[in-house]
Amino acid sequence: MSEAPHNGGEAFHTEDMTISMGPQHPSTHGVLRFIVKTDGEVMSEAIPDVGYLHRSIEKIGEKVTWHGYVPYTDRADYLAAMFTNQAFCMAAEKLAGIEVTRRGEFCRVIACELNRIASHLIAVGTFGQDIGAVTPFLHALRERETINNFMEEICGARLTYNYIRIGGVGYDILPETCARVTEFIDHFEPIVDEYNRLLSYNKIFVERLANVATITREDAFQYNIVGPNLRACGLKWDIRRDIPYSVYPELEFDIPVGAGEKGTLGDCYDRYIVRIREMEESCKILRQCLKMLPKGPAIAKVARKFKPPAGEVYVRVEAPRGDMGFYVVSDGSEYPYRVRIRTGSFTAMSLIDKISRGLMVADLIALIASLDVDAPEIDR
Amino acid sequence: MEAKEIYARTERKFSGKVSGFQGDVVDPNFRVEAQAIVEVCRYLRDDPESNFEVLSDLTGLDLPKENKLQVVYHLYSYSKRHQIVLKVDLPRDNPHVSTMEGVWKVANWLEREVFDLFGVVFEGHSDLRRILLPEDWVGYPLRKDYVEQEEYDGISTQRAPLVEKLLR
Repeated sequence: MSEAPHNGGEAFHTEDMTISMGPQHPSTHGVLRFIVKTDGEVMSEAIPDVGYLHRSIEKIGEKVTWHGYVPYTDRADYLAAMFTNQAFCMAAEKLAGIEVTRRGEFCRVIACELNRIASHLIAVGTFGQDIGAVTPFLHALRERETINNFMEEICGARLTYNYIRIGGVGYDILPETCARVTEFIDHFEPIVDEYNRLLSYNKIFVERLANVATITREDAFQYNIVGPNLRACGLKWDIRRDIPYSVYPELEFDIPVGAGEKGTLGDCYDRYIVRIREMEESCKILRQCLKMLPKGPAIAKVARKFKPPAGEVYVRVEAPRGDMGFYVVSDGSEYPYRVRIRTGSFTAMSLIDKISRGLMVADLIALIASLDVDAPEIDR
Repeated sequence: MEAKEIYARTERKFSGKVSGFQGDVVDPNFRVEAQAIVEVCRYLRDDPESNFEVLSDLTGLDLPKENKLQVVYHLYSYSKRHQIVLKVDLPRDNPHVSTMEGVWKVANWLEREVFDLFGVVFEGHSDLRRILLPEDWVGYPLRKDYVEQEEYDGISTQRAPLVEKLLR
């Protein structure tokens, strides 16, 4: 910015301007709107307006059977459908006391970690694109395409999987697929280094993100920021390790946290780099799972007319966008009494109003991209 | 800390205002009087023994058979690694409860969602508007007796039967 006085002299004054950004803005990753009050480049507030993608998934849950609801959960977060599948199935299993088969658990972890890599690739790819680096996006999508092919091999769908079922998984993972996944990891790990050279340690990119839109730990607690965004604030917290579920306790992996290595702790760069490192950890988990994959049935015997006893349960899984909570209430009938989906994007969105004050309009784009919010997950 | 202990401590502090502890379920929970919920939550957050730093979830539950609406609070502590569920019973015809915004800021949006979908009024809320549905929507969809309006802004919300659709 130039040194010219912003409000110099009596005759020269500026006015606040209200701009509607979205709902079809390319950086909003879906349909999402901000009402931005700005004076020149600097915003005084950016109020998020959500709800454009509300499909009442929670109400639908009360109208379909327990088995029949699994495909609907896919639509809650289309970039990470495995995790919503898993969270709902875990809730149903906990209510009914069903034990998932061991092979089923491993199949779940393999599918989920592949899905996590795919989701993070979108996150870091669009991050670059949003702030002006288009090439890395294509590199990221190229790798994601391979993962989509695996998903198609595993369950027949590339985006909305309906793979994880109550009691296990829908289809067993074939040995050929396992071999190809191993091959992919061998290929993918050097790609992460390439990606780092291309984008992560690029001077322009780093300076664009360092010290921008810092989230303190107090804010993270107040607004219940979860997942990679919380870890970027320096808190080593991962549901996979701290409230263990599935077979994660048997697996070895690190939890990357933000350290403020290029700027302040909890800035946009920290949120970015945590995701890059999580992809590497997912590769580690995948390697172990493929080695440990036991023999046996992939799904436990579950009654077709599934009627869990009355009760309620709140389960959490570590989705790519953080702690995904399913609060499920059963009244002992064929239909869930209430399904509540708590997502990381919803709470992350509520923080934007506070953080955006005093930011530049261009930095708002970086903030949205760094939080990795996903409009269908906000609106459900 | 065990859920039982959390309840015992809370009961000592707020006797008569908390009740109905259920400990032998997956997620232990207890009831709190609507007038006391904010104070109880503030106490649970600030007490170093319980130290609930975050409000994981705030949602509603409609129970027409018992003629009440429940607001359900899921509290979690990262440092102590424990969880507790608090429930507030409200009458269905006039559900009012104080806002939790002063304790956890995240309550702002979570309460707006509950207001939007259940019609619970949070007193003292800074910005109580519908969040997911349009401002002029009628009714609260997540209530069990909700009937969808037949049209919205001149657009029918009913789907034509398949045969009729094909004949047209």
